[in-house]
Order: sequence, then C-alpha cells, then structure tokens
Amino acid sequence: MSIEILMPALSPTMTEGKLAKWHKKEGDEVKAGDIIAEIETDKATMEFEAVDEGVLEKILVAEGSEGVAVNTPIASLRGEGEEAAPAKKEEKKAEAPKAEKKQPEETKAVESAVTAAKTPAPELKDPAIPEGTQFVSMTVREAIREGMSEEMRRDPKVFLMGEEVAQYQGAYKISQGMLDEFGPDRVIDTPITEQGFAGLGVGAAFGGLRPIVEFMTFNFSMQAIDQIVNSAAKTLYMSGGQMGSPIVFRGPNGAAARVGAQHSQCYAAWYSHIPGLKVVAPYSAADFKGLIKAAIRDPNPVIFLENEILYGRSFEVPKLDDYVVPIGKARVAREGKDVTLVGYSIAVGHALAAAEKLAEEGIEAEVIDLRTIRPMDHETIIRSVQKTNRIVTVEEGFPQSGIGAEIAAVIMEKAFDHLDAPVVRVHGKDVPMPYAANLEKLALVTVPEIVAAAKAVCYRK
Amino acid sequence: MAKPGKAADAAKGGKLPPAKELLQYYRDMLLIRRFEEKAGQLYGMGLIGGFCHLYIGQEAVVVGLQACAKLGDAVITSYRDHGHMLATGMDPKGVMAELTGRAGGYSRGKGGSMHMFSREKHFYGGHGIVGAQVPLGTGLAFAQRYNKIDNVTFCYFGDGSANQGQVYESFNMAELWKLPVIYVIENNQYAMGTSVARSSAQPALHKRGESFGIQGRQVDGMSVVAVKEAGEEAVAHCRAGKGPVILEMMTYRYRGHSMSDPAKYRSKDEVTKMRAEHDPIDQVRALLLGNKMVDEDALKAIDKQVKDIVQQAADFAQESPEPDPSELWTDVYVEA
Repeated sequence: MSIEILMPALSPTMTEGKLAKWHKKEGDEVKAGDIIAEIETDKATMEFEAVDEGVLEKILVAEGSEGVAVNTPIASLRGEGEEAAPAKKEEKKAEAPKAEKKQPEETKAVESAVTAAKTPAPELKDPAIPEGTQFVSMTVREAIREGMSEEMRRDPKVFLMGEEVAQYQGAYKISQGMLDEFGPDRVIDTPITEQGFAGLGVGAAFGGLRPIVEFMTFNFSMQAIDQIVNSAAKTLYMSGGQMGSPIVFRGPNGAAARVGAQHSQCYAAWYSHIPGLKVVAPYSAADFKGLIKAAIRDPNPVIFLENEILYGRSFEVPKLDDYVVPIGKARVAREGKDVTLVGYSIAVGHALAAAEKLAEEGIEAEVIDLRTIRPMDHETIIRSVQKTNRIVTVEEGFPQSGIGAEIAAVIMEKAFDHLDAPVVRVHGKDVPMPYAANLEKLALVTVPEIVAAAKAVCYRK
Repeated sequence: MAKPGKAADAAKGGKLPPAKELLQYYRDMLLIRRFEEKAGQLYGMGLIGGFCHLYIGQEAVVVGLQACAKLGDAVITSYRDHGHMLATGMDPKGVMAELTGRAGGYSRGKGGSMHMFSREKHFYGGHGIVGAQVPLGTGLAFAQRYNKIDNVTFCYFGDGSANQGQVYESFNMAELWKLPVIYVIENNQYAMGTSVARSSAQPALHKRGESFGIQGRQVDGMSVVAVKEAGEEAVAHCRAGKGPVILEMMTYRYRGHSMSDPAKYRSKDEVTKMRAEHDPIDQVRALLLGNKMVDEDALKAIDKQVKDIVQQAADFAQESPEPDPSELWTDVYVEA
C-alpha cells in the first residue's frame, strides 16, 4: 500500500513553496528521518525529512517546481512488510496533514481577499508618480530591502541592527544579502535583548548615526517600549530642540497566522498615542519602499509597521531612481461616492476586497489607505467623507482607544455635519488572539464584516 | 574594599598632584557644592518645582573623571545630573534657569532638573528613568566606534540602577563589541531609601560585570585624587579599543534622594560622620594647605569667585522670563 508524501507547510504563513531539490530518486529506500528533499519557503530553504519508511515509488512533482501548494502530493512511498503496519502509519499520517491543512486555508482566505481586490479593479496610480513611469512587480519583502539598501548606499551613517538580520539573512528574509553588501559593521546581529539594543540604537542616534532597528516582531518591542517612548520620542522636546533621535524601529506587526496571542498584536494605536513619534503602516510594496526611505531620512523616530502576511505579496512598484513617499499622506486606493472605507496595512486589502463585493451590489466604496498613522492625514479622510457622507474604519487592532476610535473622534470634531450615518468601526475582536484556526478567523477582521458595516451605514440590507 | 579616605589621611599614599591640578578640583567641586546649595535654597522658596536631586557629597566622582576626559568624550547620566553638567563646562546660568523653568534654561524650560543636554559639551542628559541611560550611553559608545573616533563615553548610573535588567543587556553588548564605554556606578549606598545591602544579592557592584568579562574596580569616590587615578586607567583601557570598564565609586549623598525625601532610612550620625571625615572638598583643601601648596587667602579667593558665579546663576534664573506659551508646541518634531 503506498503512502502519499505531501508538500509540507514549513512556516506559519506558507501556502506554497518551491520544491528545490530531491535528495532521493525513484526506487531509493527511505528511512524515517532521512532528508528526502529541499523545500524553499517564503522565509528559507528547509530540508524535508521522511516520516515513514519504504521505497520511494514515484516522484510526482519534479525538482525545480515553483508554487507547489501545501498538501499537494509530491511523491508516493511504497511501504514494506505486512500491510497492517503501513496502513496504521497512514492513518496516523492522515491526521497530521488534516490539522495542517486548515492553516494554509486560513492564510489563503486572508490572502485571497488581498489579491482579489487587485485583479478586477486595478488600484489608482499615485498622482505623485510622473506620467510614463515604468512599473516593476515586486514583493513587499523586496521593496523594504531595496528601500533600506538604497538608503544605506546613500548615507554611510545608516546601519541596520536586530536579531538575525545579518548572518541568518533575516528571520523573514527582509535583510537577505545585505550583510554581503554592507558588511558586519553596518548589518549587525544583536543578542536577544530588545530593551538593550533599542536603547543602544537611540544612543547611537543621539551620537549622530541613523539606526534602523529591526524587531523580529513588534510584539517584542514591548520589552523596549520605555526606550522608544521615554528616550526616543521625548528627548527632542526635553532638550529644547537640541537632541533629536533620527531612528527607525521596524518589523512585522499584527497577526501572522496561528501564532497565538503573544505574537499577533497590532501596536499601531499604542505608538500613535505618543507625540514625538511618527507611525507608518503601509500596504502596497510601492508604499513600503517609498516610506521606508522617507522613514530613514526623517530626523525623528519613526515606527515602521510591517505585516508578515504582506511580505510575500507582489505589487507594482514605480521604477524610479529615488522613489520616496512622504510621511503623513494618505492615499485614495479606490474611488467611490457612496461610502468611505479607511484602513491601514493589511486591512486595506480587506477593504479593497469589500469594495469589490459592494460594487456587485451597486455600492461604490471609496477606499483610503492611511499609510501613515501619525501624523494622520485628516484632510484626505474628511474630503472623502464630504463626498460619501458615510465612513467605516477598518483595522486589525483592538477596538478600545484604537485607530478607528481616533478617526471617529476626528470625524465628530471636523466633519460631523457631513455624516448621514454614525461612524462604524470594524476591528479585531476585543480578545487575546486565539490559536485555534476557527477562533482566529473569528477574531480577525473579515471582508464580510466590512461589507456588512458599509451596508449598514448606507442603510442597505 | 575601597573605604572612603579621611580628610586627614588625604596626603598619605599615592602621588600628590601638582597644586594647579588640585586647585582646579577644589574650584570645580566647590562650584557644584555651592550651586546645589543654592538650588536647594531656591527650591525651598518655591522657585524650583517638581523633583530636584542634589549631588552634594558626590562631587569628587564627576570632577575626578571629567579631569580624565578629552574633547569630544561623551557624558550621560541619570536625573542627579546638575554636577555632571557643571563638570562638563555647561553654563551655570543655563542650568539654574532650567531648574526654575525659564526660557534661558538649557532646554528653554521644557526639560527641568532631570532633563538637560548640551551637544556642544557632549553632555547627553539627564534621564529620568532609572537605568535607561545605560543602553543610551552604550549607544553613544557604539557611535564613537562606528565613526572610528578616538573618544569614549562616560556612562554614569547609581547603585539603584545597577539592579535594572537593561544594564546587563548593555554590559553584554558593550563587551561583545568592545565599545569604548566607562560604566561609572556612583554607589552612594542608597537607592532612594533602600540600602545596597537590602537590595543587592551581590553588593560589590564592580563585580557585576564579571560574567561578561568586564573588568571592574572599586574606588574611593570621596577622594578626587583616587577617582582621577582610576579614571586614567579606565580611559586608557577604553581608548586602546579593549572594551568597557566598570568603576564603582564609593560615595555618599548628604541630602535626601530628592528635596522631598526626609531620609529617615539612615541616622543623622552616619551623615555627620561622613561629612566630617570624608568630605571630598575638605580632603583637597587639607592637601593644599597641609602641603603648603597654597595659603588660605588663595582658597578664599576661589570661594568668593565661586560664590559670585552661583549668585549670578541664581539671579539669571529668576530674571529670565518664563518660556513663551508658543513654546508648548515647538520641538515635538524636527521639520523633515
């Protein structure tokens, strides 16, 4: 009886990967624990070990194949000896992928929402990009890397430090290749010591350097938040303008997929509370590139919030020598006249997907990508509300004192008379992020929730 | 164990520095002493508000170490920072006016006692969170190494800070990357009201770097001569690219933790004895007079000069206007 070997999921966000190399050929004997193949994920090249014993009967996916979906059968294994044993094994094996299977589905749901919006209605081009500019397709990961590398080439005072940024090539491959280009003096592996290296970075900024401090995730930045808030954000003021700290704190923020409560939080609202900080949370690769460059050049401390699920998404990025997107400017990602959907980071993808669905029902939603959380571009939001008279905020973070709450207050203060319906917030649920696939799905913002909220403010059923 | 030396013993042991050098110490320590006394007085008059942490008793530490510094060396410390500012050459008028929250202050009245800075003098604050200046100072040293300049950072903190985790995160990176930083632990025996014995499993704080391979030395922080000697050794180590050093300065603050601290956690006798026997200014005075290097009149002239400087600072701090209300909104961001 043969056993199917399935394409494994080797990271929380992996939905597909490249079958880089087969270490066994058809007819080879395989023992449990043997390395049978190399799989390239979105983060790294991983060795794939056999779980079962037998003879490799057939290779179903040739080496070099890209975009192999998780759980695709990639080979079959013929068990040896009596039938009972392999059958039992198979049963056991069937359980594991079942659990695994759900995970990529969850991620896919999120990602398909992100991509769905792109295909039918291409996003509006940024008016700041000159006419006739060529575009190149690039992942968010590449965009951040290119942005940082360009700035490091431009200014020798810029350096990157963080956990696993150098020799490991980045926990999420953001800094891949940068150690080779810039050397160990400028791409620096730190110990696991967030408060220490965040403070060290601020001190280096006081001393005239331009640090980029990577947090492996912003969840870990809570270890360092005193240095960010008390040292980086306030010193300029406390020194009467003498001692600024030009520093970028960056890394993935918010939920990835199934990583649980301590690794899934959105910190946009936390940092946006602080005068002295700028907070940036882009969605598209073009904005990631243009805004990381702006963040590095900015003379103030900038919190640069990325998103792990977006890292592998591709977008059109203008092919310009020095593409810088100004901090503090929102972007109308889709025009519409009936309702405004405003969000940031991955929520923009959800909003665009929702707009697509709403269009099918005759509601034209305008989608605003905030891009910068602080200073917030009130003007763009209000201009849109003056047109649509209805607004729904979308964010992955918790509701209380959140970005949606802030926008609601701004609308109350500055555009109340333009509203035809109360502001509605769509947000992550007010609970720690659960691990179970179904519960996590419930906790996160979904496209149907945005659609429902938009209809509600339009008084449509 | 480096016990605090007695004034009477000051001349014994070690090389006697030249008169000129001792006079400079005398003058610099006295300036801090008189400045702090005046600050205490202004606080009592309600002209200085909030927290005000006086450096009285600890003057030898910063004066002795600053004597080892060269142009461009960085200094960073905690909130007990007035002495450090004066020792780096910042203008007493600007410091006092900051204490009174006036426009003429170093931070234009927006920082206060705990938060003053001077790029010109390479003084990087003035930090109010216990221990936070330690990673910051380590970062200043990182920048010095990155820029390949021959400067070092003096990173001061107290015995209370020594129990903060971020101090050890900093030790680790500083030794790992051989950063030119001198960690100066000003052990004044009390973290607010908690004595070292009650707070520290390893009370010999200079040993706190041992597991990182950082050499530490305990120094009589009441003797400016001893401080200077230890400082020279530490600075040489750092400038040679050998990485960080820890100096534990055994010192004592005569006043409370802040102006509002009644200091009930120690006896009056303890304070009186320390003042009478180990005062850093008296020690230098004894050296100068005992060795007939100067006469009383020379010291009196310095006393008078210092008194005038402090009075001028106090006058300036009261005459300088409050910051313009528009200042509320400036310096939140640097214009990009």
